[in-house]
Amino acid sequence: MIKIENLSKYYKSLKAVDGLSLHVKPGELFAFLGPNGAGKTTTIRIMTGLTRRTAGSVSLNGIEVGPKSVAARKQCGLVPQAINLDRELSVYENLTIHGRLFRMGRIERKQRIDELLDYVEMGDRKESLIKNLSGGMKRRVMIARALLHSPAILFLDEPTVGLDPAIRRKIWALIKKIQQRGTTVFLTTHYIEEAEFLADRVAFIDKGKIITVDTPRNLMESIGSWAIDRFVDDDMKPQYFASRKEANDFIATQSESFTLRRVNLEDAFLSLTGKKVGKDHS
Amino acid sequence: MIHGMLAVYSREMMILRRRLTRQIPSWSVSPLLYLVAFGYAMGRHVAVDGHTYMEFLIPGLVAMASMVQAYGISSEINIARFYWHIFEEIQAAPVSDTAYVAGEVLAGMTRAFLAVCIILVFGFLFGVKQSYPPLFFVAILMNSFVFASLAVAMAMLVKSHADQSLVSNFVITPMAFLGGTFFPLHSLPVWAQKTLYFLPLTHASKAIRAASYGQTPAAVSFAVLAGVGLTFFSMAVFFVSKAKD
Repeated sequence: MIKIENLSKYYKSLKAVDGLSLHVKPGELFAFLGPNGAGKTTTIRIMTGLTRRTAGSVSLNGIEVGPKSVAARKQCGLVPQAINLDRELSVYENLTIHGRLFRMGRIERKQRIDELLDYVEMGDRKESLIKNLSGGMKRRVMIARALLHSPAILFLDEPTVGLDPAIRRKIWALIKKIQQRGTTVFLTTHYIEEAEFLADRVAFIDKGKIITVDTPRNLMESIGSWAIDRFVDDDMKPQYFASRKEANDFIATQSESFTLRRVNLEDAFLSLTGKKVGKDHS
Repeated sequence: MIHGMLAVYSREMMILRRRLTRQIPSWSVSPLLYLVAFGYAMGRHVAVDGHTYMEFLIPGLVAMASMVQAYGISSEINIARFYWHIFEEIQAAPVSDTAYVAGEVLAGMTRAFLAVCIILVFGFLFGVKQSYPPLFFVAILMNSFVFASLAVAMAMLVKSHADQSLVSNFVITPMAFLGGTFFPLHSLPVWAQKTLYFLPLTHASKAIRAASYGQTPAAVSFAVLAGVGLTFFSMAVFFVSKAKD
């Protein structure tokens, strides 16, 4: 479905994406997890034809992606990180423009807009101006817009950034629902819980390179099941254990007290890269 | 190509429709002030080439307004690009660069034509009698094509919205005053006339004015406008494509 081979993008001496290769299967929900500046957005921009690559190749559904590849663009729906709706226009007008850009006929366009606005629970706000909507509502409109032309692949670039936890969970449920309908979803995030909750497979990305790719469970289990956080040399250093018993046995030998917790993707990322996902390394 | 162009154009028209009640008064202010100050107050007793100054001024204002309003599309593109990121939505769609430029240029030409209509209404209200043969409108459309194409090219070339106003200050505003809009160019020294002959607005003013006087405009004016317009249009397509770097 998505095939990336030795993809690179250089901005003068800066390597934003550095020899990246990846295969995403049809119907999969794949997540790119990495800190800000890791190369996630650049990779998505190349895959959606918004940015030229320096080297390598990308194909979507067997169609080579390039800046002029109209056929490849029809394969994908994009929800970028920044809200990019026309603020002065209504929800319906924004979707109408998208439908026209993707050459949808009037009747098909109208039906699909109504269907999708109901799907994202925005059917009653069809005539509202974008500037009068909340952040979560705008995100849902953007998702509906990206799905309007029935793309095979949906690209979501940090889809819940800046949203409060309740709205974030609502968006997650929507993304799951989209995948269950058979759409391949490619998501970038720097939220650990988002990748854990949503993704079938996760790629850790840092400095434009993929560190590893696996299921969230395998990534977490590769370092253990339980963890405690120790304060060493002015920094919190987690220590991992294969079982709860092993962790409790260790704690019993210590004079200080520790809180035992489950291992998460942040731990796996930290163990592989030596840095936290949430920190800005750009 | 046509689908993409019409999609881009329809977006601009949706926005224009929402703003039209604010836009019409805003387009009316400058020409009305020029007509009152230069045409009515100062130029009442002035004749130029056997015509009243008002008859001379209105074609100049038409040329100027079609240039300024066509070029105004650059601000819309810039805001869409730098502030609202809407340019990305169009870039991600199956729309060719040429179709995008054509849609934006058409939108600029529409704005220009609406602004020109306002001036013609003012001219009628001020009692100015002029001819409006087809070549009068052809010249207006070609002039707006030139400057709408320049607007798209510049909107892609600049790195911020602030840079855009620099282009307006150094290119558009001087041309508005020196392109044969307010005074006949033959009143200037020969070297200045020769220099200003290279400005597309000079040719637009000449063609629009000649048509409004009931004369046949010089073919060279149309040729210059077509040549410059196509050059700017090609530049715009090139710069849109470069925006993906």
